[in-house]
Parts: sequence; C-alpha cells; structure tokens
Amino acid sequence: MRYLPKSPADRAQMMREIGCKSIDDLFAPIPAEYRLNRDLKVPRQMAESEIIDYFHSRADANAAGYALFLGAGAYHHYRPVVIDAMVSRGEFLTSYTPYQAEIAQGTLQAIFEFQTMVCELTGMEVANASMYDGSTGAAEAMLMAVRLTGRKAAVVARSVHPEYREVMHTYTQHQGLPITECGYLGNGRVDMADLEKKITSDTACVLIQSPNFFGTIEDVAVVADLVHRKGALLVVSIAEALSLGIVKPPVEADIVSMETQSFGVPLGYGGPYAGVMATKEKFVRQIPGRLVGETKDKDGKRGFVLTLSTREQHIRREKATSNICTNQALIATMATIYLTIYGREGLKELAGQNLAKATYASGEFAKKGKVLFAGAPRFNEFVVQTKDDPQAINQRLLEKKMIGGFPLRWHYPELGNASLWCCTELNSKEQIDAAVKAVGQ
Amino acid sequence: MSDKDIKKATRHVNQNEGLIFERSSPGKKAYRLAPLDVPEVDYKKALGATSRANLGNMPEVSEMEIIRHFTRLSTWNYAIDLGMYPLGSCTMKYNARVNEVVARFPGLANAHPYQPAEVSQGAMRVMKILSECLLDITGMDAITLQPAAGAHGEMTGILLMHAYLQSKGNPRKKILIPDSAHGTNPATAAICGYAVENLKSNSRGMVDVSALAAQMNENVAGLMLTNPNTLGIFEQEIHKIADILHEKGGLLYMDGANMNALVGKTRPGDFGVDVMHLNLHKTFSTPHGGGGPGSGPVACKKILEPFLPKPVIVERADGTLAFDYDRPKSVGRVRMFYGNFGMHVRALAYTLANGPDGLRQTTEDAVLNANYIRKKLEGDYHLPYQSPSMHEVVFSDSIQEQKGVKTGDIAKRLIDYGFHPYTVSFPLVVHGAIMIEPTESESVEELDLLVDAMKAIAREAEEDPELVKNAPHTTRVKRLDETGAARKPVLRWKPAAKSAGE
Repeated sequence: MRYLPKSPADRAQMMREIGCKSIDDLFAPIPAEYRLNRDLKVPRQMAESEIIDYFHSRADANAAGYALFLGAGAYHHYRPVVIDAMVSRGEFLTSYTPYQAEIAQGTLQAIFEFQTMVCELTGMEVANASMYDGSTGAAEAMLMAVRLTGRKAAVVARSVHPEYREVMHTYTQHQGLPITECGYLGNGRVDMADLEKKITSDTACVLIQSPNFFGTIEDVAVVADLVHRKGALLVVSIAEALSLGIVKPPVEADIVSMETQSFGVPLGYGGPYAGVMATKEKFVRQIPGRLVGETKDKDGKRGFVLTLSTREQHIRREKATSNICTNQALIATMATIYLTIYGREGLKELAGQNLAKATYASGEFAKKGKVLFAGAPRFNEFVVQTKDDPQAINQRLLEKKMIGGFPLRWHYPELGNASLWCCTELNSKEQIDAAVKAVGQ
Repeated sequence: MSDKDIKKATRHVNQNEGLIFERSSPGKKAYRLAPLDVPEVDYKKALGATSRANLGNMPEVSEMEIIRHFTRLSTWNYAIDLGMYPLGSCTMKYNARVNEVVARFPGLANAHPYQPAEVSQGAMRVMKILSECLLDITGMDAITLQPAAGAHGEMTGILLMHAYLQSKGNPRKKILIPDSAHGTNPATAAICGYAVENLKSNSRGMVDVSALAAQMNENVAGLMLTNPNTLGIFEQEIHKIADILHEKGGLLYMDGANMNALVGKTRPGDFGVDVMHLNLHKTFSTPHGGGGPGSGPVACKKILEPFLPKPVIVERADGTLAFDYDRPKSVGRVRMFYGNFGMHVRALAYTLANGPDGLRQTTEDAVLNANYIRKKLEGDYHLPYQSPSMHEVVFSDSIQEQKGVKTGDIAKRLIDYGFHPYTVSFPLVVHGAIMIEPTESESVEELDLLVDAMKAIAREAEEDPELVKNAPHTTRVKRLDETGAARKPVLRWKPAAKSAGE
C-alpha cells in the first residue's frame, strides 16, 4: 500500500524487537469471536489514475456549465486562485489544532486576523475561531443567550432560513427551551406587532436573519429596540456575509452568528463551510468554541495562544459552554485570505455588483410577472411569484442548462407558486435575460 | 544544550511578519472585478438607512504581499508533511494529495446543495458508496453523514438513543461515562439533556464490569465508551458490557475516535455496539487543517434507523438516488444541507486507495508502531498500565517528576528535537500522562528518531532538568504567557489611534 512507509523486512524486524511472532499476536486482546476473518466489502485497492477517473465520472454526473440562480444559504461567488494556493500548503493543511502554540503561530495568527476581520465586518467586539456552519452557530447562539439571561424560551423569525430553524429545534429539544415563531410583513420584514406579542418575560432571545431568507434587509435597530425593552437579547444570523460590504452591520445585536461560505469557500454540495460567532466583550465568557488571544513570550515577543479555554469541553466537561471541539479552522483561513484579497474597498465594490445584478434581474422579472416583498431593501436575492409551479419551470430551465430559483411552497405554502432567486457577480446579463425569458414562456 | 542529540532538526532562517492590518495602506489592491454588464445601482440610495458607511479597518494590500504574508505564516507551523505528529487520540496520519485534487473537481466543488437531484447524482453517489463502505467497516445497519465533526456525531448518536428510548416510553435520565473519556462525551450528554454519571476504570485500565453492573439501572440510557479506550487498551469484556446495558434496556454508544486500531480487524457492530461515530479527519485521513473541518458520520443498528437525521439518501427503483425527507420519527436536522460533503469525497478517495487489504495493513501498522514505541521506551518512562496496547500507548512522567520535570516540559523539549509533542496530561486517569499515537504513517527511521529524542530528554531530565523545564529553546517564540492571555484577553487587533468600525 503506497501510503505505508515500511518494507516487509521492516515489519519483521519490528516484530522481532517487540517479541511477537505474528502480527495477530498484537490483536490478541480482541476476543477471537469478534475478529474479522474476511476482507472488508469495500472496492479493491485502486491506482491513483483510477481514483482520478472514478471521481471524474462522479463529477460528470453532476451539473457542469449550468447558469446558477440558487442562493438560499449557499452562494456562488468567484474564488481567487490565491486562496487554494495558500491553503494547499501542507503547513496549513496538515497541522493540528494549535494547542502547542510555539509551533503553531501560523494558524494562530491567521485565526487572530480572522477574528479581527469578523469584528470589523459585524461591528461586534469579539469573535470566536469558527463554528461548524451558520445553522449550528445560530443554534449555539440561542443556547448562549439562555445562559446569559437565565430565561428559558426563544422567538425566531419565520424569515430565518428554514434549515437553520430545523437545526435550532434539534439542538434545543431536550433543553426545555420552547421556540415560538414570529411572522413577516408584506415587505418581507419581521412583523413587529407579532413579535411584540410573542416576546414574554421568559424570552431569552429573539433570533432574526438579515438579509433574511427572502433576501430582505431587516431594520435591525428597530427590532433591537423592542427586544431590549423586553429584557431579551437579540441574535442576528447572517447567511450571505458578502452583504456586509454595503449593508450596515448589526451593531445593535447582542450576538451575531454568521456563515462565512460567501468568502471564498466552494459551494461543495453544502460543505464544509464555516460559521463564526461574534458578541460584546462583556459576554465573552459564555461564547462557545475556541478563541485565539494575543500574548507575549518570555522575551516579551508578541505571540498568539488559544485562550479562555476553561469554557471548553476538554476542561469543563459537562459544564462547558458547548461540546464543540474540532471546528472549521482551514475554512476560516480561506475566508481570511478572501477578505484580505478584496479588503476595505473590494468588498464594497463586489457587494455593489451583486446588488446591481439582483436589482436588474428582479426588475426584469417584475416586467413579466410578480416580484414579492417590494418596499424594503434587498441584497442579492428576491422572490418571484409565477402562474406555473416553480418545479415545472425549473424543469424547463434545466433543459436550457439553467438552474432556477429555490421553490418556496414546501416551507412557505402561503406564498403559493413562489421561488427564491439569487444573482451574484457571476450571473451575466445574458444569463439573466435568458432566464427571465424562459420563466415567462 | 546538547545539540549533538538532535538528529531530526536544524535551525533555519524564519521570516518575520506582522499582522496583515499593519501592512495595509489606502489604495493598495489585490483584486480587479470584471466590468459590470448591468446598470450600476447607488447602494446608499437603494439601501437607505441600512447602508454601510465604510469597512473600517479591513486591510488594503497587494497580491504579492498576501502571498508572502500567508506563506510566511505557514512556515511557523509544524505539520504532518514536515514530520511525525505523535498526538494520542488524534490520529495524525498522512493526508494524501489525490484526495485534495478530486475534491476540487468542478462538478463536485461547484455543486449547489439545492440543485435538482437529476444533476446531483454524482455527489449523491459519492455519499452512497462511502456510506456502504463505512457500514461494512463498522458492522452497522444504517448511517448518516450529516454531522460536521466528532462531537457533533456524539450529539447525533445520543439524540438517536434518546428518541429510541422515548419511543419505548422513557428516555431515562443518565448517561454513564468512564473516567478516561474525552471531554466531549460529558459535554455532549449535557446538551442532550442527560445527567452524567462517572464510571471508574479498574486496575487494568478497563471498564470495571462489576461497577457497571451495580450502576446500571432503568434510569440509565446507556454508556458512552471509547474502544480502544483512551489508554489505548481494548475493552476485552466488551460483550459483557453490552449485555449488562442491553439487559436493563440501555444502549451502548461507541466513540469511534480510536477506530484506526480496528478497521478491517474487528467490527463494533459485531461486539455489541448500538450506535457510534467515526472521525473522518482521523481514521479516514481527511486533513486536520489547523483545527478543522472534520466530519463525524454516525452509524447505528436497525432499531435506531427510523430516528436518523433527515434527509437520508435512498435508491429509487430506476437506480437513481434521491433524498428522503419524509422521516416522521427523525430527531431532526443536526446541520443544514448534507454535512461536510468535501470530507466525504476525501474519505472515499482514501478508502479506494487502500481497498480491503490496504485498510487492514494500515491498522496492523498503526498497532505495530505503537507497540514498537512502547517496547523501546518502557525502561525510560513509567508505564502505568501493563495491559497490551493497541494503536497508542500512555506513559506517565512519574520518573521525571522526581526532578521536577513534568509531562508538559518533556513535550516542549520534544519540539527542540524536531517533533510535535505527544498529547499532554490526558487521559485524566493517568497523572502526568504522556500519550503517544504514532499512526501507520511513520517509517522505522522516524520512529527511531522519536525514541532517541525521548530517551535523550529522559537523560536531560536527570542531568539538567532546567534545560527541559525552559524548553523550547529553538522556536521563533518561547513559552507564551497563557495566564496573562486569559486574564486580560486581547482577541482582536486594534489600530493604535482611533477605535475600529463605524
């Protein structure tokens, strides 16, 4: 086997030194009746060339060269080549969690830069080293709010990504934490009157998403004002982080949970992505996950370490702020490189292009049919209502090598024949015009 | 210091590099966008009060500086690609490059999770084939690939147990966890609403079966067991353990962190395990990336299948694959979409590169390597448990501690010898633990270098303890002030003059 650096003579020599006659002597602790005496039923050993062919065949059975109009929590943005050139370096790719700080300063400094950039983007004071993704991060933010307030209930906007809401239910089902949902208005924003009714003296937090699942940008300041008057915390979830290039950061929130996939992370059929949690400094001891902090070595030289680990499972065990251990460090590093490439001006310019594409596309769709939720600003997604079933429309589009919007009926039956469309800098005017034409047929 | 003993490493030039923010200056750029082919939109007008004033202290640098910055940072890391990483329970094995190449094929890397099933058959097939391989490797009946990491898999598995017991009328109150367990186990039980009850090990470093029998009752949902356990010892009375749990209606959860000791040699499903997770970033060689991403598939017996997270992949009559969301008994989703798919691709590539013979040889080599190290070091370091070792061996610092040298000091000194340290102070059942897992990826030469280094350090601890206690001596930073870092946390960079943001 080509990954194993031993000759048969090496093995024989080692066994002699250990004093065992056959390799199976070393497996003697396994009771005989449980030893596997056959080959595993897995495909036979393949040459590298065969592995390449095998995955080419799999990749070819997926869409390639299609115009993509899907967003809904996973966004297609251009990935500068520098990202993979850097994260493919073995020193990033094949290093462990940086517990041994003296020989892990590269990862630690990169994550410290990540934490800083997330603070700059979100307007929060501290950020952690990453969560699994936006959905689990949102669930953990909710649990954090419960610890901070001592209250045991939560309100979630229905305009939060449906799968995020499902994950929240899974995480909280045995915590005695009832979750109620609050509706949305005709402009796509949170229904404030409904929200006011839903918040009780038990409400630990209200969780909204902005831009929300319909692409609508929430008025975070107004929501925060109501939530804080009721003594609860506001959690803002961000699924399309590129919006922060032009959208005001949710500075009024107490906790921000963000998915960073838009920052140079491949769509990859849904993962790996990286979530991140950011909050106020005064709440830092309740944040889940790893944190990198600046410190000095014995000679006074600047360096970085994992810190405040008494919150974490390996120290606090069942009293930890979360059970998370492995996070998404390499993906956070990708995001850091992406954010460095576009930087202060590029993120604004790029987000502006996304806004322009979606504005053009929604305008074109509106000429032929109905675009819902007018009256509040949007970023790069919008909801189109059609006469035909979106599934049937998408079948039509597929034949023209286009992947249409995300049908909403399943999660939002009240919207009828509606689907969620996304346009990014990668959708050309030509593609958009073709899609509008095909949908209108 | 006695540089003559250090065979593996030499000192080399190491570039200094500040934070990226310290390189920034207005007007530098590392990007250029394609021209906009639709009318420009004034975002301040379009977004009104929700528009952003500026992007604060986000950096402005050129592409050349970015390459130098991240390349320089990378050289400050130790990595498997540089040498042995003997971290116990972490299974730091070789991460094959072909895995990285195939995961980046556009058809896989650019697939949107909501693209229609008819243009996602390739991705679903990868998940299906990997699932089938993992089921035979574990001896289980059903599987989900959705969990994003090991601890996430633990949570999923305990939720399955909870749902199953609930369906039988009583989810029960407690989970038993051995004192040698990973910290994620008790933290997971707590998230799933269970109280944790500690289970003591016996003098052989295994579960005390009579204590288990005494503690097991109708209030206990089950046991979370790592096997081989964190001492690297196979739980020889595994079936007795399973029987005791099953007799009282409980379930056996296996933490699969140490599966690298078992693949192709024995199957948890055959020795009584009801549900377990695998760490694809350990046993199945997906890269650790400085802390993640991982992937933690959960495999279970038939009785738990109805409760698996949704969706699950099903094969239709015509041979095509689809996601089944109609799972009324499901515990729900544990993550959006389908899990860390990119890791599924890599794990399958690893499995194909090995085949049945390679997987078995891998396990044998991993166990052989650990026993070789044990044999070579048992005179120099105290071995607290005499039971046979599987894929890892745990020593203690009790000999060296007599001179005031502790496991953490020995670990730091190992850095000077060109190695990443072993796992320090874990498992908690061994005072001053030195936990070594070589994996199958090390040659005899590399193992001998580690043995020589550990022996040299044992001598130094005897003759010049201060040398060891002040290590490392050759790194770009010396021991860092962790207490100071925690007392006054500095968790982000700030510009000297004005405050950040808006």
